[in-house]
Amino acid sequence: MSVYINKDTKVLVQGITGSTALFHTKQMIEYGTKIVAGVTPGKGGTEVEGVPVFNTVEEAVKATGANVSVIYVPAPFAADAILEAVDAELDMAICITEHIPVLDMVNVRRYMEGKKTRLVGPNCPGVITADECKIGIMPGYIHTKGHVGVVSRSGTLTYEAVHQLTQEGIGQTTAVGIGGDPVNGTNFIDVLKAFNEDEDTYAVVMIGEIGGTAEEEAAEWIKANMKKPVVGFIGGQTAPPGKRMGHAGAIISGGQGTAEGKISAMKDAGMKVAATPSVIGETLIEAIKEAGLYDACKTH
Amino acid sequence: MNIHEYQGKQLLRQYGVAVPNGIVAFSPEEAVKAAKELGAAVTVVKAQIHAGGRGKAGGVKIAKNLDEVREYAKELIGKVLVTHQTGPEGKEVKRIYIEEGSDIQKEYYIGLVLDRATSRVTLMGSEEGGMDIEEVAANTPERLFYEEIDPVVGLTGFQARRMAFNMNIPAKLVNKAVKFMLGLYKVYVEKDAAIVEINPLVVTGDDQVIALDAKFNFDANALYRHPEIMEMRDYDEEDAKEIEASKYDLSYISLDGNIGCMVNGAGLAMATMDTISYYGGSPANFLDVGGGATAEKVTEAFKIILSDKNVKGIFVNIFGGIMKCDVIAEGVIIAAKEVGLQVPLVVRLEGTNVDLGKKMLNESGLNIIAADSMADGAQKIVKLVG
Repeated sequence: MSVYINKDTKVLVQGITGSTALFHTKQMIEYGTKIVAGVTPGKGGTEVEGVPVFNTVEEAVKATGANVSVIYVPAPFAADAILEAVDAELDMAICITEHIPVLDMVNVRRYMEGKKTRLVGPNCPGVITADECKIGIMPGYIHTKGHVGVVSRSGTLTYEAVHQLTQEGIGQTTAVGIGGDPVNGTNFIDVLKAFNEDEDTYAVVMIGEIGGTAEEEAAEWIKANMKKPVVGFIGGQTAPPGKRMGHAGAIISGGQGTAEGKISAMKDAGMKVAATPSVIGETLIEAIKEAGLYDACKTH
Repeated sequence: MNIHEYQGKQLLRQYGVAVPNGIVAFSPEEAVKAAKELGAAVTVVKAQIHAGGRGKAGGVKIAKNLDEVREYAKELIGKVLVTHQTGPEGKEVKRIYIEEGSDIQKEYYIGLVLDRATSRVTLMGSEEGGMDIEEVAANTPERLFYEEIDPVVGLTGFQARRMAFNMNIPAKLVNKAVKFMLGLYKVYVEKDAAIVEINPLVVTGDDQVIALDAKFNFDANALYRHPEIMEMRDYDEEDAKEIEASKYDLSYISLDGNIGCMVNGAGLAMATMDTISYYGGSPANFLDVGGGATAEKVTEAFKIILSDKNVKGIFVNIFGGIMKCDVIAEGVIIAAKEVGLQVPLVVRLEGTNVDLGKKMLNESGLNIIAADSMADGAQKIVKLVG
């Protein structure tokens, strides 16, 4: 098992004819992802990379049975693309696009209330279930099938963590990048819940960064509910207050969102926290050894 | 992106939010002319810099006649103001705002900000005006009130009224306060602001409810649809290297240390700074070259890093997903040759096309130290910089 996506997931690519989308569509197909449709308004009836293109998401879903969408649409039009995916009642919409205006996302979140679709992102690397389904922009080859779940606000730091796990012989179930924006869809707690319920996931790596209070809330949830070991890392421990560190959400303001606060909340929840990103893998191994799960997690 | 107080007040005026009359000036002559035009009994001369705490730092003066206006304008223009928000180096005043004095009866606080926990815009208000609102939130949280705004209907009349009563605005002025708040929300949404703070909002002796100060910060991701806001950008208020970086769509933040960093991905860039610090070094910058960097972009990034005179060494840390390692290598080689690299350079490459990238660096004839991991690279550059 895994969370959110697997070998049967049927994926549609919104904005498929753009150059980034095309590049990654190829990569996803090579990885084995079932890309069943693409959507670009005005290009309906054509085909790219052997994938049929439709004018609307609704049409694409009707014709192909796609249940998850990945969005590469440029920022000014990305919020609308998410709304279209939600309207078509997809199970999940994964939005890779960065630089979406935050008030657009406030409206999107309001529109999604009571609707079926789960949104992951925006401004995220996507979701990957090792050896089954890769949706997004992450390099596929660093992932190995196994039993550790990864959830992260940062793209490249997710790669760093996954790479270390694979090098240490620890495979992964699913890696979920929730994105670095202040307003997003799926949050840490959503993913932690899914990992907690997934029989194949034995332990979890959670990577946060400065800004907001999502990590503190997640730590509180872990303390009360999590049945599996979770190790953490917080990026931006040396970032000065008031400076936005690349991600729109990564800013310490009004004394909130500091790394110290997040790390102490995580430790308070009984989590082991990696001092530097280079020891995320080692820290996880320490935790699973303590829990008697090392042999079960060792995949290669 | 931040704007000046006088620009914020222009915006407020356009949206029917009450502000005192005022005129911006760039010289003492202009200041006197402005004061004449205003014709007020008392004139306020206010330094315009992108930082709070100007009053305490001596950046706001009350003038009782035109001679005093001239005197204060002379004093303020060119003065370096040091406030708790400017850092110890302070900021030079280049513009001043000449405003009619207000008969202040009481000061309040009103602000609009995005609440990340609810994904809603939230109105905040307090009768503790003129103070640092973070202190109010920490010390007397019961005196700070919130209204969460549903984007479908926007800020409603009843919410604004409830806020006005909670803030203890005099009953006869509640309607004026409501109009003020509704206008404030409208400008926030229509101009894609990230933060709007009016501190203080004041009630005057002649029963006005007006904004005595105005702090605006705009969502950088939405500026593309607001050319009129872009025009308000004051490059003098920003770091020259950060401006240069933004031209090439690079995310760069100047820091105090001496190790230049070039990284792909914001999270990894932050983590690289953390790792350098962990091993006893000090990063000179945050720099995310982004996912789709070209050799040209990498070259520009390199030049920007090296334009910082404090940089004694560079650490390039790339985990290529979309970003291909050979592209990074090409950019590094071109840049190092173009600028005649004088400082040690440590490169850690991982990801797509890593072998090709490493080979290119090895064969470049440049003195590049290879690192096997982020920790290895950080330790090496810290040692080299000493």
